[in-house]
Amino acid sequence: MVLDANWAVKWLTLCAQAMAEHRVELIELDRAIGDSDHGENMDRGFQAVLAKLGESTPETPGAALKMTAMTLMSKVGGAAGPLYGTAFLRAATALGDSAEIDPAAWAAALAAARDGIVARGKAEPGDKTMVDAWTPAVDAARAAADGGSTDVLGVLVAAAEAAEAGAVSTDPMVARKGRASYLGERSAGHRDPGAVSSALILRAAVGAAA
Amino acid sequence: MTVSIVVVSHSEKIAEGAVELAAQMAPDVVILPAGGTDDGRIGTSLEKVLAAIEQASGQASGQAPGRAAGAGAEGTVVLTDLGSAVMTAESALEFLESPAGVLLADAPLVEGLVAAAVAAQGGADVEAVRKAAEGARGGAGQPEPAGSELEPGSVSSAAPDFTADFELVNQAGMHARPAAKVAGGLASLDAEVTINGVDGASMTGLMTLGAGKGTVLHVEAWGKDAERAVEYVGGLVEAGFGEP
Repeated sequence: MVLDANWAVKWLTLCAQAMAEHRVELIELDRAIGDSDHGENMDRGFQAVLAKLGESTPETPGAALKMTAMTLMSKVGGAAGPLYGTAFLRAATALGDSAEIDPAAWAAALAAARDGIVARGKAEPGDKTMVDAWTPAVDAARAAADGGSTDVLGVLVAAAEAAEAGAVSTDPMVARKGRASYLGERSAGHRDPGAVSSALILRAAVGAAA
Repeated sequence: MTVSIVVVSHSEKIAEGAVELAAQMAPDVVILPAGGTDDGRIGTSLEKVLAAIEQASGQASGQAPGRAAGAGAEGTVVLTDLGSAVMTAESALEFLESPAGVLLADAPLVEGLVAAAVAAQGGADVEAVRKAAEGARGGAGQPEPAGSELEPGSVSSAAPDFTADFELVNQAGMHARPAAKVAGGLASLDAEVTINGVDGASMTGLMTLGAGKGTVLHVEAWGKDAERAVEYVGGLVEAGFGEP
């Protein structure tokens, strides 16, 4: 299995599928603590990515992610647009023109994406945001890639599982960033929709490589 | 050549309405709205914001009918409303080919926009236009009474380096445009200036003085450019700001 441009296209296609399938779930999660548009916005954004992929085929994973960044920032509308847009843009920059992604490069791209989200949204771990999915994913990918591992699927799986656990970990948290923070203590007991969509995106990366 | 302004809002109507309001006070300034999503929903769009910034900065540095070129007064100031508009504007800067000269202002949208527009109309440079916008923070009801006076050791607690009194001679007194001229000019000088106790570099501060014709402005200035600052204010006031 190599993580090349074909994999990237498949990944983004699976992201679009996942957002369509989980649209209602994300809407419900966001209705509890936000403005209930996250499912709608993510679905629309990735459908637009899908349409772009239909127009032209990116030559490198980096090019695919840069196109995704631009599209999400233009089509999503809510805060998730610039946050995911920045994540994909920074990951694209980290990958550069490489034709293939190795485990270390994937870990580095995830770290760049997470750093972009933090820089843009100013959230920290524990604030009940998508950062709570991305940060454990970065740590897990780094650990799995450590020592020059060549198991790309292993790194993808490690990141996805950590992001899923990270999303679950937001349940008891009290939101300190985003619309949910207006609810204060009442935000506890609900899963953060951004953390859930982040986990869906990283799980789709596994599916594309399987 | 004036600094141009881009207004980023979640709502197309808010952006357009704010532009309409500001344009009334700054007819020669290019002010472009970038509100709502591509398909007219509530939200912000990177493409819209990028297009507006590119158009605004292109217009500002290109055609500038009726204005002296080469004054160095070019650039674009971007104002935003709620959180994700800020994020979209920041992202736009990341995408721009040449982000130099494009500045984000952390300011209340309407008050900041009006202050920025009038400062740009008065020929202030891009830094001064941003400063004018950010000086509008806190609303017109709260002038910035040289907050630094409260800090021990600040220059304002010392005697001013230069001081002078000038009487307003123009009919309309210290209204928006004169206030912007004064604030815009002072913002670019290395001096701390108070006028009747308010920050001379704050357009909204000056407007809250409600100083009409015949009011005497007491100008106090500290710093390297203190003398120039006092002369600058005096020159404008005595010329009636070029108004009747």
